Amino acid sequence: MTIRIKLDDKSEDRADSLAQGLLGTPADRPEGHLKVTGAATYAADDIPGGCAFGVLVRAPGQGALTATNADDIRAMQGVLAVIRDPRMVRNSAQGTANEAPVQGVDSAAYTGQPIALVVAESFEQARHAANALKITADGPPGPVDPQAVEPEGEPDGQGDLDAAMADAPHSIDAEYTTAGHSSAPMEPHAAVAAWDGENLTVRASLQMLKYNRNELADCLGIDPARVRLLSPYVGGGFGSKLGISAETVAAAIAAKELDRPVRVVQHRRQVFETITRRSETRQRIRLAASSDGRLTGLGHEALVSNLPDESFAEPVTQASAFAYAAANRLIGERVARLHRPAAGSVRAPGEAVGVTAFECAMDELAVQLGLDPIELRLRNIPEKDPQSGIPFSSHMLAETLQDGAKCFGWQGRNPAPRQQRDGEWWIGTGMAAAFRVNILSEAEARITLTAGGALVETDMTDIGTGTYAILTQIAGEALGLPADRVTVKLGDTEYPPGSGSGGSWGAASTGNATWLAALDLRQQLASMMECDERDLTLKDGQATCGNTTRALSDLLGGDTLTGHGHIDAGKAFEDVRQSTFGAHFAEVAVNDITGEIRVRRMLGSFAAGRILNQKTARSQCHGGMTWGIGMALTEGLVHDRRDGHIVNRDLAEYHVATNADVPPLEVHFVEERDPWAGPMQSKGLGELGICGAGAAILNALHHACGVRLRDMPATPDRVLGGLERL
Amino acid sequence: MQITLTINGADHTLDLDPRVTLLDALRDHLGLTGSRKGCDQGQCGACTVLVNGRRINSCLSLAVMHEGDAITTVEGLSDGALSPLQQAFIEHDGFQCGYCTPGQICSATAMLDELAAGWPSHVSPSLDGPCELTEAELAERMSGNLCRCSCYPGINAAIRDAKGHQA
Repeated sequence: MTIRIKLDDKSEDRADSLAQGLLGTPADRPEGHLKVTGAATYAADDIPGGCAFGVLVRAPGQGALTATNADDIRAMQGVLAVIRDPRMVRNSAQGTANEAPVQGVDSAAYTGQPIALVVAESFEQARHAANALKITADGPPGPVDPQAVEPEGEPDGQGDLDAAMADAPHSIDAEYTTAGHSSAPMEPHAAVAAWDGENLTVRASLQMLKYNRNELADCLGIDPARVRLLSPYVGGGFGSKLGISAETVAAAIAAKELDRPVRVVQHRRQVFETITRRSETRQRIRLAASSDGRLTGLGHEALVSNLPDESFAEPVTQASAFAYAAANRLIGERVARLHRPAAGSVRAPGEAVGVTAFECAMDELAVQLGLDPIELRLRNIPEKDPQSGIPFSSHMLAETLQDGAKCFGWQGRNPAPRQQRDGEWWIGTGMAAAFRVNILSEAEARITLTAGGALVETDMTDIGTGTYAILTQIAGEALGLPADRVTVKLGDTEYPPGSGSGGSWGAASTGNATWLAALDLRQQLASMMECDERDLTLKDGQATCGNTTRALSDLLGGDTLTGHGHIDAGKAFEDVRQSTFGAHFAEVAVNDITGEIRVRRMLGSFAAGRILNQKTARSQCHGGMTWGIGMALTEGLVHDRRDGHIVNRDLAEYHVATNADVPPLEVHFVEERDPWAGPMQSKGLGELGICGAGAAILNALHHACGVRLRDMPATPDRVLGGLERL
Repeated sequence: MQITLTINGADHTLDLDPRVTLLDALRDHLGLTGSRKGCDQGQCGACTVLVNGRRINSCLSLAVMHEGDAITTVEGLSDGALSPLQQAFIEHDGFQCGYCTPGQICSATAMLDELAAGWPSHVSPSLDGPCELTEAELAERMSGNLCRCSCYPGINAAIRDAKGHQA
């Protein structure tokens, strides 16, 4: 049977009364051994017999395309096919699209669009032939400058922001920009497709299999039941593997046409172009405040871009809707339709760039008011969601601000800029608040219990987020089994559909489904013990009820029990505002001669309900904070002004943070229970760490040397320009 | 071309297209897929292997150039039991997705040898050694291996821990 819950209300916390003592501990990842020995199998690793190798070809321009020498290419050594199929996709599908993205290869909407696949007996032959395929594009490029087109969309308003700004004794009206970003997971997008008659199996690198299966089936025009996807290990995602992408569709088409398995791996430079990027943003932020630092007006308007026919618009202002109280508000995005590579979700879509810019503006206001920036935030914490009036499920901003300030040593900070020098370096500190909406997505999980232990199965993925670890802990905790008696199998569409990894919702969604599956088993065990489930204690493979204790192996004998859990979001995600909260602190050194910024230390204090695993949760926060360093200082997609193509489309030119860019990072959790978030009372954490992290750095930049930069990344040339203007 | 590669102490004779990189020979022709391809152009370090004890990006080297070399991949670092570095990476959560991990571990293995041999780095105070494993030295010497999950705190703690065991 199945325990199915739609979350319409608060849930009772059951986990604290469980006995195994596994949940919340800093347990090692159960798949760690496979990862440190290289034995974990990623999408491209398993090459079936008879496999052919495909290499994608990119459009050199825009408009109608012609392949002028395809027959010559087909005659090259080892070449099996030059495929230009109308089912091939223009760009990767948006997250949870559940249907094919725009398809077709006759014309290119952006420079770099995948428009052919060359397949050969070997990778080297395919690569050589793909490079030799001549494609001409006849069209002039479409618009590529976000400010040169009339954007779509209008912000939503409450009250009269203009009047509030005019009346306020203190105000900020400034424009901030953030560059486009690439997810750049370490594993490039890859697929190995093989058909058995009309049934297709693809090993691919994907985050959300239940959607991806439907997307791929829709691309190919086949029944989703005929598609099996395998993604047991995913080499990072960060949003880039939410939707089906060009290599997977092309591999499936080629494998069918050639009647043999085909592997297609995108080159890193192709990943930068064919996989959705984070849109660049231009954000006008207005703050009106009374002399005691209460906000009376709050404006956050953003201009983002995307290709025509893409539903996604970077939700820059998502957190501004509820972050701070202010009676007069104007919030929302406009989308410029451009012929740059498609935009989509990249880690914390919206808040990553929106909270970051907004928290810079809050710092500017605090300086103008002569008020401590923490105090400014504390004075503007809303009692209810300021836009809708619904209550918060929990609100931990004050707690994280205070905890972070204490741990960082904020008290006693001299607020005046340009006060501390270390040789040729200016030293300063800054802070920012962190917000990220909490989402739960429908998820199922199955647990099979035998005398030997428990087997958890769901098509959920672990993209590095710690799914294997936390599902092991939840199942072990609920069933009274040590971690080594729990096996978790993920990433196979044959298993019950999980939530997929994205939007920080994986742990809470699939975690709660796993708890419900375990609860199903607990009820069955209780019935066997002839007691109420709540009176059942399960620990170390023993079931205890009253004075009776029996070993699970004895209780089960040779039997197998199956538990099934199914959770979905209901009114608990409509009637209350659910968010995670945090506070970032940074100390930076700014070189007075070169303009270089070095982050000396960072600290984050975060609240996200129950922390399921202290070790993996901490690593997720390290990741987010480090992305904040990248966003603030080095990361930015550069588009060619003529045709919009990404100029810096590799890891030498697009600068993700390296080991030497990252100082010691300190992470604190202010643990809470959020009963609205589900029975586990845990909320998403994978993205909170990036939201606002960059603002703490830019605010520290100002404190250090007096330069206020509103354009990210804050590269040395920009810092130097600021120093010269002082 | 027919060549013999010595990998993790065993000889493998292969008939390879001369364009095959050392990385692709390992991954696609010998099934040693622990070495990962992250960029195929020497920018990420996921393909790091040891050639005669020195770390290289195997994607930037052709297989046919390595006849007679002693090649060590991540699969050759553990002889039944995990190496101290591998164990420390698990304990300190020096990875999340795990894709760059074999490269990080191979790189750290050679890096500790370079340090012990007194090879200076960009941040070394002296070119003549000896070199200490300061924060700056560790970060500098490991910056050829990108980790987009950004597990650098765990990676560095793991390397320090393993170095402690070594000493």
